[in-house]
Amino acid sequence: MDNLQLLFNAPILSVQLLIDGLFIGAIFALAAYGMALVWGVMDIINIAQGEFVMLGGYVTFFLAAAGVHPLYTVPVAAAALYILGWALYRTVVFRVVDKDMFISILATFGISILLQQLANELFEADIRTAESGLGTLLFADGLIVVSQIKLVAFVCALVLGAALFLFLKRSRLGQAIRATAQNARAARIMGVNTDRVFATTFALNAAICGAAGSLVVMTWLVHPYLGLAYTLRSFMIVTVAGLGNIGAVVFASLGLGAAENFAGFVLGTEYQAAFVFSLLVVILVWRNALLSRQRKYLK
Amino acid sequence: MTDATRNLLLYALIGLIGLLAPYLAPAFRVQMALLWMMILFALTWDLGGGQMGYNSFGNIVFFGIGCYVAAVVQRDLFFAVGGQPQATGDLATVSPLFNYFNGFAVGLALAVIIALAVAAALGSGILGLRGHYFAICTLGVGVAAGEIASGWDYIGAGSGMVAPIFPGGPGQNAIFFYYFFFALAAICFFTLKWLYGTRFGLAINAIRDDEDKAEAMGIHTTRYKTVAWCVAAFFLALAGGAFGHLNNFIDREVAFPGITFGVWMVLMAILGGQGTLWGPVIGATIFHATQELFWTYFIGWQRVALGLLIVVIVVFFPLGIMGWLRSRWPERFGETVDLEARTAPISLRETR
Repeated sequence: MDNLQLLFNAPILSVQLLIDGLFIGAIFALAAYGMALVWGVMDIINIAQGEFVMLGGYVTFFLAAAGVHPLYTVPVAAAALYILGWALYRTVVFRVVDKDMFISILATFGISILLQQLANELFEADIRTAESGLGTLLFADGLIVVSQIKLVAFVCALVLGAALFLFLKRSRLGQAIRATAQNARAARIMGVNTDRVFATTFALNAAICGAAGSLVVMTWLVHPYLGLAYTLRSFMIVTVAGLGNIGAVVFASLGLGAAENFAGFVLGTEYQAAFVFSLLVVILVWRNALLSRQRKYLK
Repeated sequence: MTDATRNLLLYALIGLIGLLAPYLAPAFRVQMALLWMMILFALTWDLGGGQMGYNSFGNIVFFGIGCYVAAVVQRDLFFAVGGQPQATGDLATVSPLFNYFNGFAVGLALAVIIALAVAAALGSGILGLRGHYFAICTLGVGVAAGEIASGWDYIGAGSGMVAPIFPGGPGQNAIFFYYFFFALAAICFFTLKWLYGTRFGLAINAIRDDEDKAEAMGIHTTRYKTVAWCVAAFFLALAGGAFGHLNNFIDREVAFPGITFGVWMVLMAILGGQGTLWGPVIGATIFHATQELFWTYFIGWQRVALGLLIVVIVVFFPLGIMGWLRSRWPERFGETVDLEARTAPISLRETR
């Protein structure tokens, strides 16, 4: 609690925490938007979401180690994960699309463990980061430190999110995706190849997560066991924001990023992850308790 | 031969094998003890997942609580606080009244009490959630418990803690814990067998089939769900306390192994067949044996192989062994079918 006292004595620290929180929150928003997309269109909760983020990070890490500037590797990570997402859909996910939701949760959980352990074997369990070589900006007499790469990543995340939003709104394929989300059967009757839409959606989700991971490794770090935290954060954001409401997703993501950063500071970093997962439980139980007054439950 | 005598013979045979096994294959005592533990895992998971329709990824929490509570009790009974555990059989106890075994018993009792309290407290909120929200929420509970354990200094935080050494020579503990787990798994099996035959079993099956209707029929669903979770927590806490002692060392990875034991219990129940009494037993036995093969032939890659195995079982074999047997020979399960129904493919949706 000493740190809480510190926050009151030096309010400028809160600004620093808030800024860092918003920066990471923008990246959560990417992963969460991808999860909402897959959930809404295919009725699948993808537990391997965080593993896509992790793998995107490794793509950037290895390319950066080979001498490419990490910022240029964002599209490469997205493309690589797009292919992986497509392959996973064609081998596994299409078999569970119309099954009981628990089956798809368990199947993607299996994929998640598989990818996580493969990364552990192939890339080793070390914590990795990609150095961008950009400097830092100082504000308020050096009390607030903003590394430029975080700023760039923040802008990148927002641009990517906006691009995806426009793609879904304007393009022919985007319209097909939204039509499938509304009613897959009707879309099929209207001539939409829903199988292809599902494949594209799943691959697109993987690509977004890959780009997010690429930004994560530049600004923070990546290791093989990173995934589950991102999956559960995405789930939490989507439950709070609802499916198909991009504004709420962005807002909830930024809020979670800030809340998590403050909690990490006040409780100590060793409890930051515990805070996030406890928050998930509390939010779900609380929302359900509110609904149960009307004899309803979270669906 | 009637069904009753055949069942009795089957139980007698399994019991005899279980009693003699540690002497027939002394080298595999620990492995066989773990086999009984796996059977218990699958059975307790199926109580929620298969029979009640509440698919939990967080049951491992009660196992971890058992691990830690039993070990903390032993530590604080035997060693001055902050002291180091002794490597010899004669332990420095706070009181001469306590030795390894009654300290263990006290630890288990406390572990059960705490696990039941946690199950009841968590259950009142979490069991209101349904379907995938429940599944993911319990996943969050499991991970959060591990994170808290790895940050809490009193229970060793990230560096873990050591349980006291079993009195007697090395390897002596295996035989004690083998019989402990054997007895526990047997008690668990017969308790669940009895429960499934009572009104309680019918009530939780009704909750699985349609919770709203069950409630409309006057079943106090929340109470039944909480009791079912507490039964699972009871056995898992006992298993956890014993496993911590068998392992001698406890940290977050040992006590809250979400991606190993936590997922395996789900997988074993599904492999054997959800919602049946024998399914989890069969699933756990097959899984444990296969897993040993993985350790032998895919050393270093066994967890990758297990991830693959989950995908394969869930995608291609969601009904499990009992489900397959049931669709193959429905008459043996007391179902009457006409020819048309027999040749029709069955899917999980239809059996639910």
